[in-house]
Amino acid sequence: MSATFDRKIEATLADSRLQLAIYKATGRLMSHRKTAVDSAVLPEYQELRTQANAIKRHTIENLDWFLEEFERNVLAHGGHVHWCRTATEVADVVLGIAKRREASLIVKSKSMTTEEIDLNERLEHHGLESVETDLGEYIIQLKHERPYHIVAPALHLTRYDVAHVFEEKLGVANETEIENQTMIARRVLRDKFLRADIGISGANFLIADSGAVVLVENEGNARLTTSAPKVHIAVAGMEKLIPRAQDLATFLKLLGRSGTGQALTVYTSFLSGPRREGEVDGPEEFHVVLLDAGRTKLLADPDKRQSLYCIRCGACLNHCPVYRKIGGHSFPWVYSGPIGAIITPQFHGVQSEPGLPFASSLCGACAEVCPVKIDIPKILLELRAEVKAEEKHHAINQAERAAFRMFAYVASRPRLWQRATKLAARFGPRGQGYVKKVPGFMNVGPVRAWLSQRDLPAPAEKSFREMWKERQGR
Amino acid sequence: MRAREAILRDVRRNLGRDAGEAPATPPPARICIPEIPREERIASMLERVAALAGRTLHAHSTSEVLDYVAERTRGAASVASNAPFLRQMGITALPGVESGFTDERNLREACSRVEVGITSADYALADTGTLVMIASPAEARLVSLVPPAHIAVLPAERVLTGLDELFALHPLPAGETSSMVLITGPSRTADIEQILVRGVHGPGEIHVVIVD
Amino acid sequence: MPQRVSIFVTCIVDQLFPNAGMAMATVLERLGFSVDFPEAQTCCGQPAFNSGYRDEARTVAEHTLKVLDGADYVVVPSGSCTSMMSHHYEELFAADEPELAAAQRLSPRIYEFSRFLTEVANVEDVGAKFDAIATYHDSCHALRELKIRDAPRRLLAHVRGLELREMDAAEECCGFGGTFSVKFAGVSGGMARTKIESILRTGASTVISIDSSCLMQLQGAISREGLPIRTMHLAEVLASR
Repeated sequence: MSATFDRKIEATLADSRLQLAIYKATGRLMSHRKTAVDSAVLPEYQELRTQANAIKRHTIENLDWFLEEFERNVLAHGGHVHWCRTATEVADVVLGIAKRREASLIVKSKSMTTEEIDLNERLEHHGLESVETDLGEYIIQLKHERPYHIVAPALHLTRYDVAHVFEEKLGVANETEIENQTMIARRVLRDKFLRADIGISGANFLIADSGAVVLVENEGNARLTTSAPKVHIAVAGMEKLIPRAQDLATFLKLLGRSGTGQALTVYTSFLSGPRREGEVDGPEEFHVVLLDAGRTKLLADPDKRQSLYCIRCGACLNHCPVYRKIGGHSFPWVYSGPIGAIITPQFHGVQSEPGLPFASSLCGACAEVCPVKIDIPKILLELRAEVKAEEKHHAINQAERAAFRMFAYVASRPRLWQRATKLAARFGPRGQGYVKKVPGFMNVGPVRAWLSQRDLPAPAEKSFREMWKERQGR
Repeated sequence: MRAREAILRDVRRNLGRDAGEAPATPPPARICIPEIPREERIASMLERVAALAGRTLHAHSTSEVLDYVAERTRGAASVASNAPFLRQMGITALPGVESGFTDERNLREACSRVEVGITSADYALADTGTLVMIASPAEARLVSLVPPAHIAVLPAERVLTGLDELFALHPLPAGETSSMVLITGPSRTADIEQILVRGVHGPGEIHVVIVD
Repeated sequence: MPQRVSIFVTCIVDQLFPNAGMAMATVLERLGFSVDFPEAQTCCGQPAFNSGYRDEARTVAEHTLKVLDGADYVVVPSGSCTSMMSHHYEELFAADEPELAAAQRLSPRIYEFSRFLTEVANVEDVGAKFDAIATYHDSCHALRELKIRDAPRRLLAHVRGLELREMDAAEECCGFGGTFSVKFAGVSGGMARTKIESILRTGASTVISIDSSCLMQLQGAISREGLPIRTMHLAEVLASR
């Protein structure tokens, strides 16, 4: 792994307050999910997962078809569709609309896709004020940080961190009461909502047969973002498509429960087009930006394209024992946890962070809870093979490769294997149970790493093979 | 080549599909509607709302409804939507209740000023305690969103079993409206230290009145 | 006429925890099985596979498939090694290769030990006696790939003198994960310690698992902390009288 990855992990492991915060927050979300999908409460849970996987498979395997159907229906309802290959193109679209509308203030609801493309930074570079309105996102925007978790962006912060940034950025004297902090944000942002020229949202789902964008939230900021300003721009990864509005009866039952244990989040908005004839409020302009930014690349691999089924519920993060130790900021990209571990190498190449597919014990908890049944461990194993193929190609990490080649050579030759294992046992402190130290020359590489955390079992006095031979009287 | 053409070309190439190639039959949408008698639906709806810290009333007469709403709007400025049902119930005639907005600017100003927003609802979903608000000339978006309190008053026959029934009745909501919103409880966040706070952006106080 | 079973002992049990292998053989023999040990066995190849070295894994898998070919039943004191052979071997070979057919032949005949007892031997009470307050650790491959959860618990329920208490984190990974334990040692160690805290909350003095790699990880951390807890393989408990 890279030194950066290593360093970030170490820093997180060393921070006991943060460790506790991550563990408790994810533990709570795990527990809520468990209650919400229990067979007494949702007997159809496994059936829904199978259905969701089947629908996503069908959609992704025929993505071009559904993209065109979606576009037709957006246009039919008076909206606009913009196709963007890159982050820059998205910014250009937004800037173009802002210029035409003489806009200066933008409000944003939570969108990992816009984080992915650094949209705020790009807009601010061009003199627009773009304000995050989800409470957690607002706070981390003030701190110039990345979200810590898909669903809980400010998981790593305490009320004192919030008090500090509010004092620094809003001039509010030291307020550490969480309820008061929330009300301060509400007041500041209410003003922004009602004055904003443009509202930018993400999309949890794009509905092909309706030309609609579906937004799921608890605070109400997405509703305000998409209802108060005159212009609504939804920025969505192309993979967010599902075929029919009726499919929401499947997906909405899975999303809330998997992510936070809620049967439904407080608000689910199904938005299609600008306000209709006779409607009193709602935007005059409705734009959907379809983002590629590498998603077409992921489509190319038939085994790994299931990575695009993700509905961003966050369940894999919550259940991952590795995420629960290293947290969101240890990961190299905006997407963290198991889903981040499988898509980051696919978007950015395995060499962008070669350690990432290995930062897993392959426990499979993620796959067990994924509402759309992405086989994350299988993809991690494939990515590991790709990392090693790359290393072979570039002749790096030769020592490890040589070790495994020797292992394979010896393990396919029984007599050699028996001699080798006997020899290794002789060098080791045989029959001593668990040891805390080994002789200097042995205290290297994996042995040293093991001993840094726990005691090492010494080879048994007699191997099973030897015991068996004796027992059989030979 | 425009981005659109380039993207579609690459998608097709990577999927091994031709332009205009229709997909195989999709998995049918899963719609399973349970049989639940009306009284049970109403009870479930109100129970679920209460479990989310919403206030509820199962009313059997117009005067019960009026008493309840009047109690809450006494001394509190309110905006009511243009839903005919609210007028039928006499709610729009209550003192302090403004309604009949057709101009967005006026509506926005009023909603920003008042304490209570009163609406009807197109449906309720009994299994999750959800209100279904379809934007129309009768129901504007902001009334159930901007004021810090929201009262929804609806007739009992609009209480459905759940999402499946909703989408069975309305398979294509986009055909009728620019906005269908499902409201399940008061606005909330736990973004700071996982501590629950209500009413962060949307209403922190909600009331659901179901009328027989 | 006793049925014949072949033991695939696994490299880690062979070298480090041979008593688990002997205990497994003892239990099987007591149940009337005729047990053999194909001596040419070495390793299932999982370390190479999990580390991304598929060619090397194939080489070892080819050898193992030859060793086990023709066995009526193969019984393994490990969930992860079993799932490597029953689930992942097929991923290593292309459709036209004879090894794929061999892997497909092996898959239905290779059993993790507790599953063999409950599903082939059809027993839950093996006549064991073991006085202890214990807790059971669900090893991940067994739990999630092989779907083994109840079988070990049912077997332990019949052990006289054994009080089995569930820990709240029974299904959480111990942090071994093969080379993960050394590549990400800090995280792995942290995961072990979290697991141990859960064990301590049960008041159990013994942790039982069907996977020696998990036991090695946990015992290593327990030993480092100097805690009065011992780890035992299910086979050792079931062989106790």
